[in-house]
Amino acid sequence: MSAAAGWTSDEMMTVAASRALDDGTACFVGIGLPSTAANLARATHAPHLVLVYESGCLGSKPGALPLSIGDGILADTADAVVSVPEVFNYWLQPGRIGVGFLSAAQLDRFANINTTVVGDDYLHPKVRLPGAGGAPEIAASCQEVVVVVRQNPRTFVERVDFVTSVGFGSGPGDRERLGLTGRGPRTVITDLGVLEPHPESCELRLTRLHPGATVEDVRQATGWQLEVADDVAVNEPPTRHELEVLRALEATKGTPRHRKQTP
Amino acid sequence: MRCAHSHGRVGNRVAEIVPLSEAVASLVHDGDTVALEGFTHLIPFAAGHEIIRQERRGLTLVRMTPDMIYDQLIGMGCADRLVFSWGGNPGVGSLHRFRDAVENSWPRPLELEEHSHAGMANRYVAGASGLPFAVLRGYTGTDLVARTETIRAITCPFTGETLTAVPAMRPDVTVVHAQRADRSGNVQMWGITGVQKEAVLAARRSLVTVEEVVDELEPVAGQVVLPSWAVTAVAVVPGGAHPSYAQGYSLRDNEFYVAWDAVSRDRATFLAWMDEHVVGVGSVR
Repeated sequence: MSAAAGWTSDEMMTVAASRALDDGTACFVGIGLPSTAANLARATHAPHLVLVYESGCLGSKPGALPLSIGDGILADTADAVVSVPEVFNYWLQPGRIGVGFLSAAQLDRFANINTTVVGDDYLHPKVRLPGAGGAPEIAASCQEVVVVVRQNPRTFVERVDFVTSVGFGSGPGDRERLGLTGRGPRTVITDLGVLEPHPESCELRLTRLHPGATVEDVRQATGWQLEVADDVAVNEPPTRHELEVLRALEATKGTPRHRKQTP
Repeated sequence: MRCAHSHGRVGNRVAEIVPLSEAVASLVHDGDTVALEGFTHLIPFAAGHEIIRQERRGLTLVRMTPDMIYDQLIGMGCADRLVFSWGGNPGVGSLHRFRDAVENSWPRPLELEEHSHAGMANRYVAGASGLPFAVLRGYTGTDLVARTETIRAITCPFTGETLTAVPAMRPDVTVVHAQRADRSGNVQMWGITGVQKEAVLAARRSLVTVEEVVDELEPVAGQVVLPSWAVTAVAVVPGGAHPSYAQGYSLRDNEFYVAWDAVSRDRATFLAWMDEHVVGVGSVR
């Protein structure tokens, strides 16, 4: 496959995230970057990827990118539409879903995720974020977790202000001690490269760079002393095909639109 | 001591079909715990607007995914408390009125009781099941455990395993939107039906707004039917879920959700918009 000229770091991030999903896997998809990447994977190398949305849509095959996790196109194209209690109790909780695909407002060196509040004071937060949604149990119960998030020092912090979803807690053994059934984060894909937990320390370290990014760029964008693997590889840039499909998908986001009434 | 049966006969009352304004006036009271449910699909916007027009105050609002209609109820000062699991404008960003209430107490302080989706869904299941609490694998290791009183550890009496308990959710009134009802008040909905069945069965009273009333409810794949005797009132409000949608009747107005971001960012712009599009238009008959 030929590499494409002229792509953005966001596009590289989405392409790298899509490549992290194996064909045939059942994937619990959050809205935003994860949904875009999962749909790109399904439209390229993983046509049998099973998309599970928390609205109860199992096996959705949308031809256009949804704006929300409950757009009609997700129900119309699903293998089954089940209730919300069912999707969490019968499908997520027993570990039937292979990959949980999440984003984060803050992420720390042990891949814990914050989507609740920024600031030390929960009652008087600097920024009130949307909250947990499905993420705590997705992070706990999926067989493994893939995180896709833009990298900067505000997001990549030493310790998250609030643990909304557990990665590796405070380090090795914490997931087992807490009784979390899934293996936890496998990879964190950013607009600069890829971070993976060290097999012994569970601490995230840089293992791959996107073309054009440097180790120094990633260190600058990380709020802790980032470990770097001995042999940092460089990802393949987006292929022409990946880029064409991604851009065509982005152009469909939130369509079809109806009733042109705007506030 | 008298036998419990001597109090009278057991009788099922059926849902009344009434105008929306009348239904809200009789079913939603100041200080009530109110759940307007809908998981992106079938969100009862028109009923929420009627609650705003009737100036309900001191409500505890309950919802898994508070979105634009809760932003409006909060911004108009209807709520003192919010029990929820995810408060945002899906795919767009923040709920600015929700954030302003939490961050700056405008127009009044908003107390939060915060859960995850799995926890909220199970709270409704327990409410619908007539149980005091529900059990799940959830929340473990998160800071929600210390922050939210209604998350507790529980030991399985059979295996000794530590699990999480959450109390039943029993709203005073649950409001949902559905595609249609028949003339007896049996309600039918399909598509993404979320947690609406559980939320209605968990509530002491319920109001269902529908796109239309038909003579007979033709079966639809994936349908959920709420029998008339499980519902308190039905109101006919075509388009009552807009800018959310009703599968088979309308599509989600995604442009409206995108445009809400700018309207809701500024207090004065928000109030002017609400005055023009909600308060000023009068009650739905």
